[in-house]
Amino acid sequence: MPKLNFDLYKKLYLIRSAEKSIQKYYFENEMRTPMHMSMGEEAIVAGICLALGKDSQVFGTYRSHGLYLAKTGETDKFFAEMYGKETGGAKGKAGSMHLSLPEMGMMGTSAIVAGVISVAVGASFANKRKKNNKTTAVFFGDGAIDEGSFWESLNIACLMQLPVLFVCEDNGFAVHTPNTLRHGYKSIADIVSKFDCNVLKTETTDAETIYNLAKKAIGLIKKNKRPCFLYAKYYRYLEHVGVNEDFSAGYRSKKEFEKWQKKDPIDLQRKKLLNLGVTEEKVKELEKVIDGQIENSIKSAKQAPFAEVAEAYKDVFYGEK
Amino acid sequence: MERDSSVFVYGIGAPDHKKIFESTEGIAEKFGESRCFDTPLSEDAMMGFGLGAAINGLKPINVHIRLDFLMLAINQLSNMVSSTRYGSGGKLKVPLVVRAVAGRGWGQGFQHSKTMHSVFAHIPGLKVVMPTTPRDAKGLLISAIRDNNPVIFIEHRWLYWQEGEVPKEEFTIPFGKANILRKGKDLTIVATSWMNVEALKAAEILAKRGVDVEVVDPRTIVPLDEKTIIESVEKTGRCIVADNDWVFCGFSGELSAIISEKCFGKLKYPVQRIGLPQIPCPTARHLENEFYPNAVKIIRTAEKMLKLTPTDLSKEEFYSHENRFKGPF
Repeated sequence: MPKLNFDLYKKLYLIRSAEKSIQKYYFENEMRTPMHMSMGEEAIVAGICLALGKDSQVFGTYRSHGLYLAKTGETDKFFAEMYGKETGGAKGKAGSMHLSLPEMGMMGTSAIVAGVISVAVGASFANKRKKNNKTTAVFFGDGAIDEGSFWESLNIACLMQLPVLFVCEDNGFAVHTPNTLRHGYKSIADIVSKFDCNVLKTETTDAETIYNLAKKAIGLIKKNKRPCFLYAKYYRYLEHVGVNEDFSAGYRSKKEFEKWQKKDPIDLQRKKLLNLGVTEEKVKELEKVIDGQIENSIKSAKQAPFAEVAEAYKDVFYGEK
Repeated sequence: MERDSSVFVYGIGAPDHKKIFESTEGIAEKFGESRCFDTPLSEDAMMGFGLGAAINGLKPINVHIRLDFLMLAINQLSNMVSSTRYGSGGKLKVPLVVRAVAGRGWGQGFQHSKTMHSVFAHIPGLKVVMPTTPRDAKGLLISAIRDNNPVIFIEHRWLYWQEGEVPKEEFTIPFGKANILRKGKDLTIVATSWMNVEALKAAEILAKRGVDVEVVDPRTIVPLDEKTIIESVEKTGRCIVADNDWVFCGFSGELSAIISEKCFGKLKYPVQRIGLPQIPCPTARHLENEFYPNAVKIIRTAEKMLKLTPTDLSKEEFYSHENRFKGPF
């Protein structure tokens, strides 16, 4: 049994299946939180989170379904949060855009896309000071690098030699604005390579390649005590926000999508598993277990109670009831 | 910092030879540069940095030599720091102290002079502290460091020159407890930060005419001790709010609304607000003097409320640090 490929596929399939379920149930209008779907980027978060291991901390943006599921593997609190229920990770106060589960290292996500990068840098500073050997990773899109806070954070992490992995997931668009209308330079990785840090780059959709790259990144961070910037290109399958395709909008072509779909990260890893000798039956069994987990989580989430209205006033300050 | 090794101080110029108006004096020397360090000119990211360190168990104290510079971090404060605990469903805590100096001297102009506590207080999830006396500065700062919430700690530059008794040992002053700086029965002045100094001066002059003024310093804007303020106004029936900030949409308006709602039947005169006019802070000294409210303005307002003829102030000596203030900044 090729354990690595199997573990990667588990994460990939979990993310894809969970999001397919969101697509299936969203129109019931019970999950009342804007969905920024991860479909297309699964290989990046699956590969990196597996490489990081459980004892790490990750931060992300409002588009973090994939990151949350890759990091935690859990779907009960995930779906309960989507349904706004008391049993959600944040009792319904956060929703899809602000997913977190600090007890599992999923530290926080922000809709101010670069806003979370410096927070991850500060978290990595604390980890370094505590000498706990934890790696901190922060995931953001190419839109975030347009914000000054990214450059401030990168500079600080390089200056202070912090154990942080910056993961730039480039889907080419900030909402609907292409990078050609936003970037006064050709390659972000080239520019970042002028900073005192490690830079790695990939355009693959193979989670195993990304896993190996992430392992390399973590090794570099530990060895030369410099942060690492990992640039990964991907294609966002669905609309910026919502659960549908948006190729009719005219800002991008379906042909490009079809090119990426041919190397879809889930299909690709599935084929790899089969090529490595895992039987179709075994793969289907795994998929069935994951689908079952998700169905159960959705069922529990639907049945769970909403928090009391008084809950709205709680958790503003520590120490207040 | 001796008591808790997780506390550290950082900010632009924190350990340099000027020591943020000497307020970080000796820290780097005593605790080393790992616990008191300088930073790039990156207020926004360094605030996020503090948030990340705080949720991971450290206790950062972020220092800003001018509060105006802190405005570069308003995204972090309003979008990240203030809502982190709430957004995590109460799982994360944010023990972060932000010290910021409200500038004044002469010629500080419109980017070296802001206080902005109304803006910070407007954002749910931030505590806002404004000490006036030296004793309060120490007791409230220790409370701020021990608090597991984000605290904006605003220090008026002129107050560094205040003199007063301060216990040598460590002690805390609880948040949400106003300080009655002077007892009186005719008129309440609720003042913030430097305006307490002006209010006490006004009270001293008014006392010569038999007007008995009570001066209440809320000390913390969030949480606010409404009870002490309301009890005072119920007793006197008259209130001036003298605030060290713009009047329009500010804390003075908020407080006057609270007082009007809760003391309506007992008010002998509408609550009066004194603060900054709706203009940026001008640089030239005569314009700056027009900009800042002072004891004279408080006295004239009190006389109007009490239907008194204007006091002859020609022989009074008014307190001003402008005269002892020397450049370069």
